[in-house]
Amino acid sequence: MSLIALNHVDLGLAAILVLLLAGLSYVLSLGIGNSLLIAGARTTVQLLLIGLVLKALFSNVHLAWVTGLALIMLLAAGREVMVRQKRRFTGVWGYGLGTLSMFVSSFAVTVLALTVIVKPEPWYAPQYAIPLLGMLLGNTMNGISLGLDRLKDAAWQKRNAIEARLCMGEEWRWAIADIRRDSMRVGMIPMVNAMAAAGIVSLPGMMTGQILAGAPPLEAVKYQILVMFLITAGTGFGTVAAVSLGARRLFDERHRLRLDRLRTGRKRRRPRKKTRG
Amino acid sequence: MTALRLVDIRNDAVNENGERVVTADPVNFTVAGGECIGVSGASGTGKTLLLRAIADLDPNSGEVYLDGTARSQISAPEWRARVAYVPAESAWWDERLSPHFHGRRVKHLQRLGFDSRILSAPISRLSTGERQRFAILRTLNATPAALLLDEPTASLDSTNRERVERLIKDYSKTHDAPVIWISHDTRQIRRVADRHLRFHKGRLREVLRRSRKTAKDVSA
Repeated sequence: MSLIALNHVDLGLAAILVLLLAGLSYVLSLGIGNSLLIAGARTTVQLLLIGLVLKALFSNVHLAWVTGLALIMLLAAGREVMVRQKRRFTGVWGYGLGTLSMFVSSFAVTVLALTVIVKPEPWYAPQYAIPLLGMLLGNTMNGISLGLDRLKDAAWQKRNAIEARLCMGEEWRWAIADIRRDSMRVGMIPMVNAMAAAGIVSLPGMMTGQILAGAPPLEAVKYQILVMFLITAGTGFGTVAAVSLGARRLFDERHRLRLDRLRTGRKRRRPRKKTRG
Repeated sequence: MTALRLVDIRNDAVNENGERVVTADPVNFTVAGGECIGVSGASGTGKTLLLRAIADLDPNSGEVYLDGTARSQISAPEWRARVAYVPAESAWWDERLSPHFHGRRVKHLQRLGFDSRILSAPISRLSTGERQRFAILRTLNATPAALLLDEPTASLDSTNRERVERLIKDYSKTHDAPVIWISHDTRQIRRVADRHLRFHKGRLREVLRRSRKTAKDVSA
């Protein structure tokens, strides 16, 4: 069994479904029609571009090229983590904290998987390295943004209780302990759920892809299990790192809660001035 | 004697635009052991921010000495355990009271009109005034050396106000504890405080007891 190649008409038919959905959104005035069309266009262009990049990369296997693409993916994921935050850290921390945590966890887990477990030749073979890193970054990004968002929002909501504990002479790490624990858990829950539902409720995308491409189901399943474990480890360690760093950043050396280090991320819309009375 | 001495204390907290929140001048005064200083002034003049600066909860400049020990020489948690700040609005981090007292016996419970049965009630069931009184008990239970009180009786009826006033005075005398007491109520300050300082136009000035003119000025 081999892969059935898709032609433009096949993709066009699928695109019509999205157009129909956008049309329905206009009729029901859901206000999501434009976003739907823009996102659809973005996915087409971005995936075609990455296809071209991967094609070029596969024919010129070089560590520098693989590293370059990996860094671009990391920076894009870092930006994505930042824009998803309701409250952001000021200065370099706003971007740096999530990006650093993702770098440490995703890159470490990917390199470990490539050099110790999968062992392609060479170890940075883009056919393995890029998809693995992509899956790890995509999931780690979710965990980290959920965890950090919860941390900062809860610290803001419960600032009086945190300060009450500080006033009783507690150290910062105890004053934020409950919130930090909750935030780490929130970041990891999606992975636990995904593992629990895999195979029964959902057939994970990677495995589905391999089976479509003609791989024997049991081989595809083994890869999927490997990837699930890697993603869980990457997301978990990344979330723990990001939430720990974030919690530390919320306090200064004199154990003061420094909410002035946060800014509201979403811009508030000002009501428009009426020209007529 | 455990005196609390403030030297050029100023709250340096900044708002979202990076501007200083308080524009008041640096503050210098000393509270002797067992002495109570009443602080008054219109809202927004920096009374609360002064207490927060002393407790080291906001970035601030200057130095505070307790019994000759400089604040900068000891860790912030240790400082806050000794110089306890009780905010105007009480906050809780558990659903029940006992974890806030670390499972220890709650001292002075009866003196604030409570029965020990109330300790098992969920905090959400307590009234604002009850919570306010428990916040005071929570602080006193840890036996701090000095007290910074931000309108401790604001949400209390006259009976409980009197109970709190008496408890704090007794605590201050028995433990030789300096007390700074913020209040909007000039009569309360006359009752509890040995000296009265008032924020006016960014400066903290002493209100002289026997000067009718200044006293009148305060109550106006």
